[in-house]
Amino acid sequence: MNALNRDQMAARVAKDIPEGAYVNLGIGLPTLVANHLPREREIFLHSENGLLGMGPAPAVGEEDYDLINAGKQPVTLLPGGAYFDHADSFAMMRGGHLDICVLGAFQVSATGDLANWHTGGADAIPAVGGAMDLAMGAKKTYVVMEHLTKQGHSKIVARCSYPLTGIGCVSRIYTDLAVIDVTAQGLKVVEILADLDFDELQLLSGVPLLA
Amino acid sequence: MVNKEVASTAAAVAGTPDGATVMIGGFGGAGQPNELIDALIAQGAKDLVVVNNNAGNGESGLAALLKAGRVRKIICSFPRQADSQVFDALYRSGKLELELVPQGNLAERIRAAGAGIGGFFTPTGFGTALAKGKETREIDSRMYVLESPIHADLALIKAERGDRWGNLTYRKTARNFGPIMAMAAKTTVASVHELVDLGALDPEYIVTPGIFIQRVVRVQRSPTAAAGFKAAA
Repeated sequence: MNALNRDQMAARVAKDIPEGAYVNLGIGLPTLVANHLPREREIFLHSENGLLGMGPAPAVGEEDYDLINAGKQPVTLLPGGAYFDHADSFAMMRGGHLDICVLGAFQVSATGDLANWHTGGADAIPAVGGAMDLAMGAKKTYVVMEHLTKQGHSKIVARCSYPLTGIGCVSRIYTDLAVIDVTAQGLKVVEILADLDFDELQLLSGVPLLA
Repeated sequence: MVNKEVASTAAAVAGTPDGATVMIGGFGGAGQPNELIDALIAQGAKDLVVVNNNAGNGESGLAALLKAGRVRKIICSFPRQADSQVFDALYRSGKLELELVPQGNLAERIRAAGAGIGGFFTPTGFGTALAKGKETREIDSRMYVLESPIHADLALIKAERGDRWGNLTYRKTARNFGPIMAMAAKTTVASVHELVDLGALDPEYIVTPGIFIQRVVRVQRSPTAAAGFKAAA
């Protein structure tokens, strides 16, 4: 079936991020998107702990742990970048100033509900961070995730069984098999990325897809 | 002459009562006022309610305060991290109450307290477990959740430079919760690495004006340690 690997998934997301966009990349797989943004495009990366114009990781030995990203990893600031406090940072999200956020997910529903913060397991310690604010605040919320769980179940579902992060907030899903838009009519396949046809993709997906 | 400088971190946290709500600045290690937390541990106040983005990293700073058994409840957005073992053990054994708040709601609840706002409607969390039991309202065909301000008795924040009136600047992303926590507490203590003469801070670049600060204490600079993630092997 030739599914994309994580770097290829990140590269596919990066392709759709235009010049001038203000973008927040979530922790994990979404962070990899930064490695694939074309250098000739000026894109503003936002990190919710308080910076805009985030640059790549510093060289070994140059780390400054007063300059970190939302994953608490050391980063750099590009010329023209800015620092700000948490109220301003979340106003950028909640106020609809951020163009795109890219988040990982456990599940996305046919109507764009997102579950990505908590498995709901009795022994799991919940942690939400900025996920709910990002999901509801950015103009567009993209999800990047594997199409199937390790057990082979579709992560695109009729209704999320994991606790919700936000209702109807996802606009586009990038998986290792396809790019799928959440539309008023349903989930529309924009592009098939792996070596399979629409019917095969449909068989692997938990909800009806539109060609 | 107004002089908010105190001579020691012990003097900076003196008088903190048992049961106080204490805001502690920082996002992971960046902006965490470790010297002030150590002073609070030595001061001995207990049954504290702590407000922080996280719930401690490793064994120092906030994690040490938790480990000392001084905290009854923590209000935070992201407790579980690769190095949150102190919190994890206390939470799992039922010794520490957790109020989990989406990060932007946490920031806005703190800001609201500092700005004298009695509550606010936010779209964040609507329809999720974290909005359970809260009042909701439809405004312009969007659903919102009513959230309340978080006030504190004491805020401990880390700044970079300050003067005797309490004007502050910060360093890089260590700013994070400092400016809003400073507004939300009855008493705010700022640690600074440099205490400068009045007028030395460019008024165009002062981030926190001194009205929000009650005590300033100078502490030695030490490099901020990595925290909150597993280092690559």
